[in-house]
Amino acid sequence: MKLSEVIKISWEAITKNKIRSLLTMLGIIIGVAAVIMVISISAGTEATINDQITSLGSNLIFITPSFNRGGAQSFTANNRGGLVFNDAAAIDQQVVGVTGVTVEQGATETIKANGVTLTSISILGSTPDFPTVRDMKMSSGSYFTQNAVDLKQGVVVLGSSLATQLFGTADPVGQYVNVGNYQLVVIGVLAPKGSVGGTDYDARLYLPITVVFQKFTPSQFARFRGNEVRLIYVKVDPKVKLDDVILQIQLLLYKRHKVTSSNPDFSITTQQDIIATQESTTAAFRSLLAWVAGVSLLVGGIGIMNIMLVSVTERTREIGIRQSIGATSDDIRVQFLMEALLLSALGGLIGLVVGLGGSVVFGSVSGMRTVIVPSSVLLAFGSAAIVGIFFGYYPASKAAQLDPIEALRFE
Amino acid sequence: MGTQAIIETVDLKKIYGMGDATVAALDGVSIQINAGEFVSIIGPSGSGKSTLMHILGCLSRPTSGQYFLDNQDISNLDNKQLAAIRNKKIGFVFQAYNLLSRTTAIRNVMLPLLYDRMDTQTQADKEKLAHTMLEKVGLGNRMDHMPQELSGGQQQRVAIARALINNPIMIIGDEPTGNLDSHSGSDILRLFHEIHEQGATIVIVTHDPQIAAYAQRTIALRDGQIESITHNGHGRKQ
Repeated sequence: MKLSEVIKISWEAITKNKIRSLLTMLGIIIGVAAVIMVISISAGTEATINDQITSLGSNLIFITPSFNRGGAQSFTANNRGGLVFNDAAAIDQQVVGVTGVTVEQGATETIKANGVTLTSISILGSTPDFPTVRDMKMSSGSYFTQNAVDLKQGVVVLGSSLATQLFGTADPVGQYVNVGNYQLVVIGVLAPKGSVGGTDYDARLYLPITVVFQKFTPSQFARFRGNEVRLIYVKVDPKVKLDDVILQIQLLLYKRHKVTSSNPDFSITTQQDIIATQESTTAAFRSLLAWVAGVSLLVGGIGIMNIMLVSVTERTREIGIRQSIGATSDDIRVQFLMEALLLSALGGLIGLVVGLGGSVVFGSVSGMRTVIVPSSVLLAFGSAAIVGIFFGYYPASKAAQLDPIEALRFE
Repeated sequence: MGTQAIIETVDLKKIYGMGDATVAALDGVSIQINAGEFVSIIGPSGSGKSTLMHILGCLSRPTSGQYFLDNQDISNLDNKQLAAIRNKKIGFVFQAYNLLSRTTAIRNVMLPLLYDRMDTQTQADKEKLAHTMLEKVGLGNRMDHMPQELSGGQQQRVAIARALINNPIMIIGDEPTGNLDSHSGSDILRLFHEIHEQGATIVIVTHDPQIAAYAQRTIALRDGQIESITHNGHGRKQ
């Protein structure tokens, strides 16, 4: 029998029972749609992470205080832990291969401006190097200068979403913002940066770090050991080996803090470490969803096998008729296999449309980025077809092995 | 007579079961049927007539003995070869018509052509041939009807057209009038008669002596053996 004829017969069999065929395909539809959506979502996440790497640069080092020391000496003034403002200056001056150093110290305050009150807004104190080190651009006005830091000027730079929340579309430069109990003047607005590693860079205020030390995080020990900072960023010359710079910083800080490598009071992380952590989380999430999609395809396949077995029994008489006029067991097997294949391929096709549409809709509703990967379409469709052949084989063989006399007697 | 035997069986036996619990459905049946003959096989249930029909129709194989169809020993062919013989050399007409439901008359008639491995005809040729066959059985105007839209007699005519389309060596009718009222039954028997007059070899299996008497020769079976062979005294009209 010609293939075109086999396809025609199978197509007729499928379309005779539309509702049943649709229900049979449902598992495959869900499975294929799930595969496509999972892949497009994780590809979107990966693309976002890749963008972060490109936008931040991988040559950034983060130094944070750590408080993992024990014993009575922990509380001596000189060894209280943490990083101080002067550490940053020391790194900048003494470590070879550093192109920029900046620090941050933060607090949370209620801010008021233009009749709008916002609570629990992060304020971030830093140095004029901050936009350079963190690759941030201005959309309006300018960042504060070293002069402003030295003179502890009451100026503020707004993150882009914060500027919109407070002033709408109007240019905030020159306007006043009340931060806690102090009134500061806006001198610039940053261009949107987005969230990096769970931190929203657009919903913050940027102040000279000296202003933060003085007004928002005053420390009684500052006179003895300097003002504490929560983070030091070090931007490394791309031509220099990152590990060499890390080693220099470690040696310098051990000496300055009078600690040893066995109980350091700071820790060093690179941009790559952070991205790697984020990627492994994404990978775990993705493999979980991939399992769900795989199980769904498996269930879909079992559904097809179930219906094909019912169909073979229902059509025993038809099989007998075909055998009596010359169909071989191969003819019968191919016919039922084709039917299973068409069911799963059709299910795959519908699943494809649902998956592609779902990816687009999910992307726009959740705000997550989705990227449709052409190979995922092939993968999903191919696995649907394989499922069809695999689970269609047993029912088709059962049909092929029917004895023509018995089949003709079947009522 | 000068006609050759195109069907010959030699000591056919069909034994069901194993060991001591065996039943011989056929117990040494030797028959000859000539080309162009119209033969009926009669017997009560359990006589072995269905078993004989299944072997003659290549739906099953004898346990022992030989079966020559068209001078070819087909007692030991495998299932695939038997399917090809059913397709090319045998046309079945069943009691229950056995048409594919939800398939038009013409598509039912064409079906044997689709399973022909040596097929060289175009789709148009096949349709034309099926059309000719349906006209032959008087259903030229019912080609696109579904089986359930046709009367029993009409459905049986479609089945006969399907049996004829591959120009088989033998038409086997298994109680072909069994599901029909007497009027349609006579029509079908007349149709068999016409086909026979055009040269076809026909074997009808029945339990009804009246229907058996339509044939030129009646082979009566009982308990798996030939009980009698009767010539019914009306030869093929020349």
